[in-house]
Amino acid sequence: MITASRIQESKGDRLFLGIVYLFLTVILLIVALPLLYILSSSVSSPQAVVSGKVWLFPVDFTLAGYKAVFNNAQIGVGYMNSLFYTVVGTVINVLLTIMIAYPLAKKTFYGRNFVMVLLVITMMFDGGLIPFYMVVKNLHLLDTRWALILPGALAVFQVIVARTFFQTSIPDELSEAAELDGCSDIRFIWSIVLPLSKPIIAVMTLMYAVGHWNAYFDALIFLRSPDLFPLQIILRNILILNSVDPSMMANVDQMQAQQGLRDLLKYSLIVVASAPVLIIYPFVQKHFVKGVMIGSLKG
Amino acid sequence: MPNLVNETGVVRTPAWRRMKRHWQLYLVILLPLLYLVIFKYVPMAGIVIAFKDYNVIKGIWGSTWVGLKYFEQFFNSPNFWLYIKNTLGISLYGLLIGFPAPIILALALNEIRNGLFKKSVQLVTYAPYFISTVIMVSIIIVNLTPNVGMISKFFAMLGVENTNFMGIPGLFKSIYVWSDVWQFTGYGAIIYIAALAGVNPELYESAKVDGASRIQKIINIDIPSLIPVSVILLILNLGNIMKLGFEKIYLMQNPLNLSTSEVISTYVYKVGLLGSSFSFSAAIGLFNSVINLILLVSVNYIAKKLSNNSLW
Repeated sequence: MITASRIQESKGDRLFLGIVYLFLTVILLIVALPLLYILSSSVSSPQAVVSGKVWLFPVDFTLAGYKAVFNNAQIGVGYMNSLFYTVVGTVINVLLTIMIAYPLAKKTFYGRNFVMVLLVITMMFDGGLIPFYMVVKNLHLLDTRWALILPGALAVFQVIVARTFFQTSIPDELSEAAELDGCSDIRFIWSIVLPLSKPIIAVMTLMYAVGHWNAYFDALIFLRSPDLFPLQIILRNILILNSVDPSMMANVDQMQAQQGLRDLLKYSLIVVASAPVLIIYPFVQKHFVKGVMIGSLKG
Repeated sequence: MPNLVNETGVVRTPAWRRMKRHWQLYLVILLPLLYLVIFKYVPMAGIVIAFKDYNVIKGIWGSTWVGLKYFEQFFNSPNFWLYIKNTLGISLYGLLIGFPAPIILALALNEIRNGLFKKSVQLVTYAPYFISTVIMVSIIIVNLTPNVGMISKFFAMLGVENTNFMGIPGLFKSIYVWSDVWQFTGYGAIIYIAALAGVNPELYESAKVDGASRIQKIINIDIPSLIPVSVILLILNLGNIMKLGFEKIYLMQNPLNLSTSEVISTYVYKVGLLGSSFSFSAAIGLFNSVINLILLVSVNYIAKKLSNNSLW
């Protein structure tokens, strides 16, 4: 079959296919090369990086940048904080999302249309930054760990995705049968719905966790104490605002070497900070694609 | 509970009975509802401070009403049109490039055989989606560092040497938009790839019998099959053009490029939270939300009239 269809291809079609392959190769390179450049720079000598010798492959291999990253207390604190916000935040996100999405998926749940309208309104209109900030402030959450967890405890988009999933994969007959057998709603959720919803829970966990790990805006507006800062804020200070804690350079005396190491540190830091997500990503790619599909079923 | 399960009775059962039947679900939904009220609806009510002279001591309700004073102040401020222009300029430029890009990628991927090459392109192009905004902006800055970064060295080879790209106001929009395309095109293509996978294979078979070329198949089969999903995404995007994200722009700003990089959301943050002009800033935020709502509703209306594809 395959060979037959190949023979039928006209010259024009083969030329077109060639252009498509070329186009996709160029896209692949455009996406991959800037990342490869950063990876290679992170293990090159500071002198080679600063003088612009590094293109795609490391020059004068060294791990000095990584040493500086791991010796830095600030970055360690940020990593641990981000881990905390991600784990606790995601658990709360997933629980709350299921708690609202399941009742909304149930046709016999009185008031479901009303709650749906409440949800959709929040997608179309919001009070803006200042009133939101004032609520967090009035709840005395400013500069506490809860400020990064409670205000974003639920994403409306994820609720709609989960609701669509429940509607399409938990048949009504199942819950009616369970009800006749005297199974309560909570027990039904716990022992039937949750085990049947593993794929959607996996997707949700991934989406929420990536969101928490990558967030910086809420920390920027709600937090003041450096010991609460998530990694992204510390990254911003070092990578974008260029303020490196001098203690990070303690074992280097020469000014020039210090400047070089400071530049090198940026590259290593970018690699260290994106590593967790990018390492997990290929393993969860399938789920992730599935999640986008379920989401797309309903706007 | 016999009358609860009869086939026609479900809808007509009185409300209190249906509520009693699922009393546990009300318990379950209580916490998420509380969240919605506190963090979504209370802020909506908090909008009143846009019409008041907010005073920390008097609180939101005790402060005096000033009507539209802060809206007038914003409309009459010398930079009003600049911020609107920057916001719309970046949004529309982004839409112009960022909307078709995933469609083109999906169409191209749909042409080639399933295999290692196709998988690699997908794996690599999705990956940047997971990079955080802070890291993304760092990647941009690092790659554009004069004489050091890969992209600036590339431009140096073309004759553009020693240029601080991030400091040139005229380039800000392009850097913002094209780096977004770099980061999100792969992710955006997923949904179109799925739509193309759902096309009836018989259509391709009969096109082949009729002697259609690959390009003709794309124009007559692939593109029409993508129209429903792309209309929906276009409505969503157009409805959000005033909601231009704060995070990336704020990080990309520097004193040199501020004339083109200051947008409404960054201005609200600077005036409101850094400058503590809560009422003025809330008024700007409200103005922005209202424009957005009007856009979303009207775009949806137009799409419904023209193509029968709409959000509601």
